[in-house]
Amino acid sequence: MLSLKVNRKTYSVDVEPETPLLWVIRDTIGLTGTKFSCGKALCGACTVHVNGKPVRSCVLPASLAAGQEITTIEGLSPNAQHPAQIAWREADVPECGYCQSGQIMAAAALLANKPNPTDADIEREITNLCRCGTYLRIRQAIHRAAQIAAKA
Amino acid sequence: MSTNREISRREFVVTAATVGGGLALGLSFPKSDVLRAAEIAKLSGRPWESLAGRNDIEVGPWVVIAPDDTVTIRVGQSEMGQGVITSCAKMLVEELECDWSKVRAEYVSVNRHFRENKVYKRLNTTSSSSVRLGRPYLQQAGASARERLMAAAAQTWGVPRAELTVKDGVITHKLTGRTLRYGQVAEKAAAIKLPAEPKIKTPDQYTLMKKPTKLLDTPLKVDGSATYGIDVRVPGMLYAAANASPVFKGKVKSYDADSVKRRPGVHSVVEFSGEEIEAGVAVVADSYWHARTALDAMPIEWDEGTHGNDTSEEFFKSSRATLDEPGAKVVTMKGDPEGVLKNASQVVEAVYEVPYLDHTVMEPFNCTAQVTADRVDIWVGSQDPENATIDAAKVAGFPVEKIYLHNCFLGGGFGRRGNQDDVRQAVAIAKQLGGRPVKVIWSREETTRHGYYRPMRVSRFRASLGPDGMPLAWHTRVVGMDEAVFASKLVAAEGGLVSNTRASKNGEPGDEQLIRGLHKLPYFVPNQLFDYHLRNTHVPTGPWTSVGRSQNEFFLETFVDELAHAAGRDPYLYRRALLETNAEFPFAKAWTEVLGAAAEQSDWGRKLPAGTGMGIAIGDSRRLSRTEITIIGVVATVTVSKKGEVRVERMDVAVDTGPFLVNPLAAERQVEMQVTMGLAAALRQEITIEKGRVVQSNFDDYPLLRATEMPEISVHWVRATDDPIAGIGEEAVGWVAPAVCNAIFAATGKRIRSLPLKNHDLSWS
Repeated sequence: MLSLKVNRKTYSVDVEPETPLLWVIRDTIGLTGTKFSCGKALCGACTVHVNGKPVRSCVLPASLAAGQEITTIEGLSPNAQHPAQIAWREADVPECGYCQSGQIMAAAALLANKPNPTDADIEREITNLCRCGTYLRIRQAIHRAAQIAAKA
Repeated sequence: MSTNREISRREFVVTAATVGGGLALGLSFPKSDVLRAAEIAKLSGRPWESLAGRNDIEVGPWVVIAPDDTVTIRVGQSEMGQGVITSCAKMLVEELECDWSKVRAEYVSVNRHFRENKVYKRLNTTSSSSVRLGRPYLQQAGASARERLMAAAAQTWGVPRAELTVKDGVITHKLTGRTLRYGQVAEKAAAIKLPAEPKIKTPDQYTLMKKPTKLLDTPLKVDGSATYGIDVRVPGMLYAAANASPVFKGKVKSYDADSVKRRPGVHSVVEFSGEEIEAGVAVVADSYWHARTALDAMPIEWDEGTHGNDTSEEFFKSSRATLDEPGAKVVTMKGDPEGVLKNASQVVEAVYEVPYLDHTVMEPFNCTAQVTADRVDIWVGSQDPENATIDAAKVAGFPVEKIYLHNCFLGGGFGRRGNQDDVRQAVAIAKQLGGRPVKVIWSREETTRHGYYRPMRVSRFRASLGPDGMPLAWHTRVVGMDEAVFASKLVAAEGGLVSNTRASKNGEPGDEQLIRGLHKLPYFVPNQLFDYHLRNTHVPTGPWTSVGRSQNEFFLETFVDELAHAAGRDPYLYRRALLETNAEFPFAKAWTEVLGAAAEQSDWGRKLPAGTGMGIAIGDSRRLSRTEITIIGVVATVTVSKKGEVRVERMDVAVDTGPFLVNPLAAERQVEMQVTMGLAAALRQEITIEKGRVVQSNFDDYPLLRATEMPEISVHWVRATDDPIAGIGEEAVGWVAPAVCNAIFAATGKRIRSLPLKNHDLSWS
């Protein structure tokens, strides 16, 4: 039994300690906003926050996240009002949308760390892949999110 | 007529358990949040579920009206990022004249489509056809519903219909100043039969359409509530990890199920095979991770059949050799090309090659299926729920009316999610599980290694130039394959995944995808021959975004560039001259206009630093069997470092819009997607075959374009034609690679005749 704290709620989960956090979040806890895509930490679709830091959950053994503050896209903000989510809606960023939970989680972590990121910061910190090529709109939305957060 | 279509007991239980019982399943968001998200989003996170209430009224199969005037539009096409839910709703609402802010959407019932004689016309989302083919009947459905609502109001007041007007869902009788809202007359309207169907608007009458519209599904995609096939959770559901024969068309020889049966959570090990199902083995367990790790630990021996030593290198070698074989099938013959070429003093000749490509959808392949004694339920993101239903019925041995396919959001499609292999396999597995639902998930590696690949292709172009540098004779020969070998039996009607194995039609040759774009040269050449050899391999192939064009346009537009340089002419002006002199090409003027826009917007011909070059390419999406076209011109500005690193700086894409775009915002994003897709392929992507199987496996050896590699993308809309365009879901892809490679030539003097670019040394000094 592992005790995982996801989105401020504690779950007791009966999984092998090496089970990747992604699958515990998706299959055991049932939060499916965090996506599986590569399984090798190559794409970032599975990005969640562990103690506020972006982590690729498809390769993180669940036991290493036990007792930590885990946040998924569902818990990023009440009613999807995080500045990144507002900006994403304003810029109509998603196409197929499959990578966007991970993109938003990565962006939210960047914004928490650097409230006014430059293009270079974004290029360096957001390495998530998007097949639909929404990168330019993601960059716009991150700048917009910084503005929204500054006004709040 | 109520919208509460008959729901079987079990369907009701499943729905209730997943919505109402969210907490019991451990879903973190309370029901109210789901509904709130849906409220903003205007459709359910589970798009197959209806948001319509008990008292909502159906006015025709596509339109449901609530007492509070909320209008639900049913959409038969699949959302994979192209904005189709929004576009389909707009086409209907354009005629319905209701308030767009009160519009929400849901997928149509696929089961009802079959039970009611294909009531939704067509349920596939391929060939950029949603607007091209859907617009007439969606506009008609909107107009029809509107006229029934108006007739109901006229009846209520006892006045002639002609005295009524409508705006934003409010019907007004001007003479008396009375008003009625759609929600008030919907029930009466539902019973009205129109004496004749109303006329639909022509493009010049559009108001809602043409405007950029934000997508209805965006809110669901920023809070994690959009449900893709892989996210489906059904009570009692098992999970399966599946491996199919690594060598295509192989068989399972043996596997040691006992070695994994006692692993934690393992339920069973099942084998699957069948018509158009790649044979394989699945481990079924209580979680995907248990299933996956057990499958990875289980020894499986394969019978590789006759293809265990095949390599793509050999395929290329034999394709090149085939270029010289006699008996090529002639598509175009004009004048005396061979005679002129034989006696020419200057012949330009080039052989071009492109590899297999994978679609690489971000959402790995998956399908959830449940086969019970009386029905089959399927949850999947499908581009073709109609054929998926037909296939599921075949595999399960049920009539189609017993198949309930719940279409989900698609984590990318690009043509890949219209082959139904996911559905056939999942049903073959589920029917061995005694009625329990099972979610089958492929690993990324399995998804990469079991695609329906963009076919490799080899071509040879030869042209002789006259004293003015213009071509006198031209011979194109292509050696390539059918794009639908494995799926050839699943050919849908027009708009479906077209098999190029079909026989000649309307006097045009078959094998359309192989010859598309090359069959009628847009450029003026007095003597022409175009012929081809069809060569298939054991590797499954299928339509890949832009179907046929990503290969043929690279060949054609690179070769024209080679001719321009051989003639010492500017590649843009050379193309213009070739178009202007072609009296036989009805779109020459429109092409010239689009080409001119691309050149002008990119500031073609400006002075560039050493190592930077511009390349141009143009074409349209003509097909043999249809008249609609989309014309696209692309200019790439590319810098190549002395070490040979390529940096695509800027892509200017000029697109003919025809008289309208249904949603310019979605269309612009589509073009951006296509540039990204085309660049990733041109720069680095290839699927190679060794020992009969795919070598590549994941994003490390089949890389996508990264954010750092994105060029500036400028989309320029041009109205160059008067008829509606063919579509905008894939059309720009084909001209990305030639524009980039022509720019590389301009920058370095190195001519690229094969892709991807990573295989070339582009260093210069």
